Amino acid sequence: MADYNMHVLVCGGTGCKASESEQIKNNFKKYLSELGLADEVQVITTGCFGFCEKGPIVKILPDNTFYTQVTPKDVWEIVEEHIVKGRKVKHLLYKDPKNDHLIPDATGMDFYKKQIRIALRNCGFINPENVEEYIARDGYAALGTCLSEKTPEEVIQVVKDSGLRGRGGGGFPTGLKWELTRKAAGDQKYVVCNADEGDPGAFMDRSILEGDPHSVIEAMAICGYCVGADKGLVYIRAEYPLAIQRLKVAINQAKEYGLLGTDILGTGFHFDIELKYGAGAFVCGEETALIHSMEGLRGEPTVKPPFPAESGYLGKPTNVNNVETFANIPVIINKGAAWFSAIGTEKSKGTKVFALAGNINNVGLIEVPMGTTLREVIYDIGGGIKDGKEFKSVQTGGPSGGCLTKDFLDVPIDYDNLLKAGSMMGSGGMIVMDEGDCMVSIAKFYLEFTLEESCGKCTPCRIGNKRLHEILDKITSGKGTREDLDRLRILGNVIKDTSLCGLGQTSPNPVLSTLDNFMDEYLAHVDEHKCPAGQCKKLLHYSIDDEKCTGCTLCFRNCPVGAISGEKRSPHYIDQSLCIKCGVCLEKCKFGAVLIR
Amino acid sequence: MPKIKLAEKTIELIKEICASFDNKEGELINVLHQVQSKLGYLPAEVQEVIARELNMSVAKVYGVVTFYSFFTMKPQGEFPISICMGTACYVRGAEQVLSEFKRQLKIEVGQTTADGKFSLSSLRCVGACGLAPVVMVGEKVFGRVTSPQVLKIIEEYKEVNVEE
Ligand SMILES: Cc1cc2nc3c(=O)[nH]c(=O)nc-3n(C[C@H](O)[C@H](O)[C@H](O)COP(=O)(O)O)c2cc1C
Ligand code: SF4
Ligand code: SF4
Ligand code: FES
Repeated sequence: MADYNMHVLVCGGTGCKASESEQIKNNFKKYLSELGLADEVQVITTGCFGFCEKGPIVKILPDNTFYTQVTPKDVWEIVEEHIVKGRKVKHLLYKDPKNDHLIPDATGMDFYKKQIRIALRNCGFINPENVEEYIARDGYAALGTCLSEKTPEEVIQVVKDSGLRGRGGGGFPTGLKWELTRKAAGDQKYVVCNADEGDPGAFMDRSILEGDPHSVIEAMAICGYCVGADKGLVYIRAEYPLAIQRLKVAINQAKEYGLLGTDILGTGFHFDIELKYGAGAFVCGEETALIHSMEGLRGEPTVKPPFPAESGYLGKPTNVNNVETFANIPVIINKGAAWFSAIGTEKSKGTKVFALAGNINNVGLIEVPMGTTLREVIYDIGGGIKDGKEFKSVQTGGPSGGCLTKDFLDVPIDYDNLLKAGSMMGSGGMIVMDEGDCMVSIAKFYLEFTLEESCGKCTPCRIGNKRLHEILDKITSGKGTREDLDRLRILGNVIKDTSLCGLGQTSPNPVLSTLDNFMDEYLAHVDEHKCPAGQCKKLLHYSIDDEKCTGCTLCFRNCPVGAISGEKRSPHYIDQSLCIKCGVCLEKCKFGAVLIR
Repeated sequence: MPKIKLAEKTIELIKEICASFDNKEGELINVLHQVQSKLGYLPAEVQEVIARELNMSVAKVYGVVTFYSFFTMKPQGEFPISICMGTACYVRGAEQVLSEFKRQLKIEVGQTTADGKFSLSSLRCVGACGLAPVVMVGEKVFGRVTSPQVLKIIEEYKEVNVEE
């Protein structure tokens, strides 16, 4: 990093951008140039730091100071106090929630202590729109090594030895996939990067592309060299405008530097990358559907085999890998297979990035070694449950995964353990739920998603999921029976067994896993017509306690539908036929007179 | 739906976009993206022009448009409001926020208010889960939205008069 003696890193991830990080950066630039410091202090926008909960984040190097929840108004103070006078701005420092100690630098935060960053190595450290910063951190060194010192077979062997498995959900060994594509017959072959990231509540791939696009570009070129392809395609969601823009900038810069295009680094190897846009269909994350979508068709899956490695894009051998899978490749080449395979568990090597979200204190993007337990992730890194509530469940694997209870908190995370526990690794969404979340509603929520996203090609998925959803709706309305619970289980298993693609084959998982793990909650809905979490609106009943009501009229004035009546200073009354169960009266009453059951 | 007559200028624009992709059938999705970003939506008449240019059946174009949720055949409001219904937002109360928007605007998801100002849609994860629940109005992101805030957001935009 040139001659600057200080660097201001402003997070430019989607979350922080939404909280005016652009304005923060501009203010820094403005004040610094006013003070004549523009040549000494560099201001850059980086990708996500991962600590989204307390964004926007500003980090100052070299002392690694970590400021949280910065507003454009705070910038002047940081410039004047910290940059000019060298005094940290205390009220913007991160406060350890355990003991209220101020944490002066990022390395001291629990959030980062248990993480190992491989795929995210550059996110939050470099300016993603400047290829030189990537190069300064060993960028494109791996590509250089592969092209000039190794045969494709040797590179594939390194990837195989590293034990890397696909991070898109399936966990297929990456080296083996490359080898299959290499061996497939075909004059033209393709490398595809799957950046469709359909799991709602997950933003790993987006953050990598926004924060470190070159790592993916470099890896795709290496893959092209290995499988014998001169063309790469990135299939990316149109809903990710920032990632698309960063990727475009990066591709152009790589071309300018001779790292993409014809005769890369003078070795005679050609490789180009083109972007293809998704258009909001979850099923297009499935590789055969994705390929159809890239061809301009409806994104409907087809039966495998043939696998894309044999017949993919335009009928040619195609190697499809996930964004995070690719992001690991350059490091594996640089540091070696043995280094990588020393991290993780026996069958799952390396790290996994998770988007930690839900009712947890530190929502954000994390990367942990395989084998870390759920407890460590949720409590040590995630800082525990929000508002001091009780942990209830953690959901991994998105709409294809399952909900695990506290009995599973000590399970070391890897592909096989999560499957055994009744969930799956998935692409890395991790949603934490507390006592206020109704598990029947959660199952219904995921099914609504599947219903919307089923492509409709095969009957079990299209119709079966609809029936599942209807039964769940019946239960959350208090009209379910015990027979309905059996029906859920039977139908769910039929859908799993008979659907064509991964979407249908996994769609009943949220229902089946909650049936296994939270049966008591289903029974409460069915037998007592009660929702223990108090979330199913149709099962709620609001009333006013005559004894406690002072007749202050506050609820009466706030009820949006006029369901409350009563005279001043005498007890009020709720008309059940009008009440829409919005809960406003409960929130407003200062005397605890509104009862809910 | 009543038939709309496309202006010459619009037809030219569509033709240009198709031509920029060499009128290739395989580029249909890219063409649709560009046309929608220019026109705001993809009514049947627009699809007919595209089908003719790319030399494919209207049914095929329609099949693709209706398959992908990003494409819409209805005009959006002046201020399209999208509520994130991704899992992270859902567990932090997005449903209540959505129903408050419905109640205040008196429209359902997929509809536009009578004055053409607001339309309502739900989407899945915009990647700002740390700010859940998230609402987008146009390109602007609102984070940690609560039901009482909904009215404020609407009022904020009611006063804006977009100048041509
Ligand atoms: C319904 C469905 C959705 C999927 N969505 C994604 C996705 O969003 N991103 C992804 O990388 N893989 C997704 N996959 C997995 C892909 O089919 C494919 O296995 C993966 O892209 C291969 O890359 P990997 O080996 O590097 O994981 C999905 C699979 C299914 C069945
Ligand atoms: S399982 Fe569902 S998504 Fe997959 S092919 Fe069948 S209908 Fe389509
Ligand atoms: S829950 Fe809402 S609708 Fe029902 S009485 Fe209270 S304020 Fe009125
Ligand atoms: S779930 Fe709403 S922003 Fe991610």
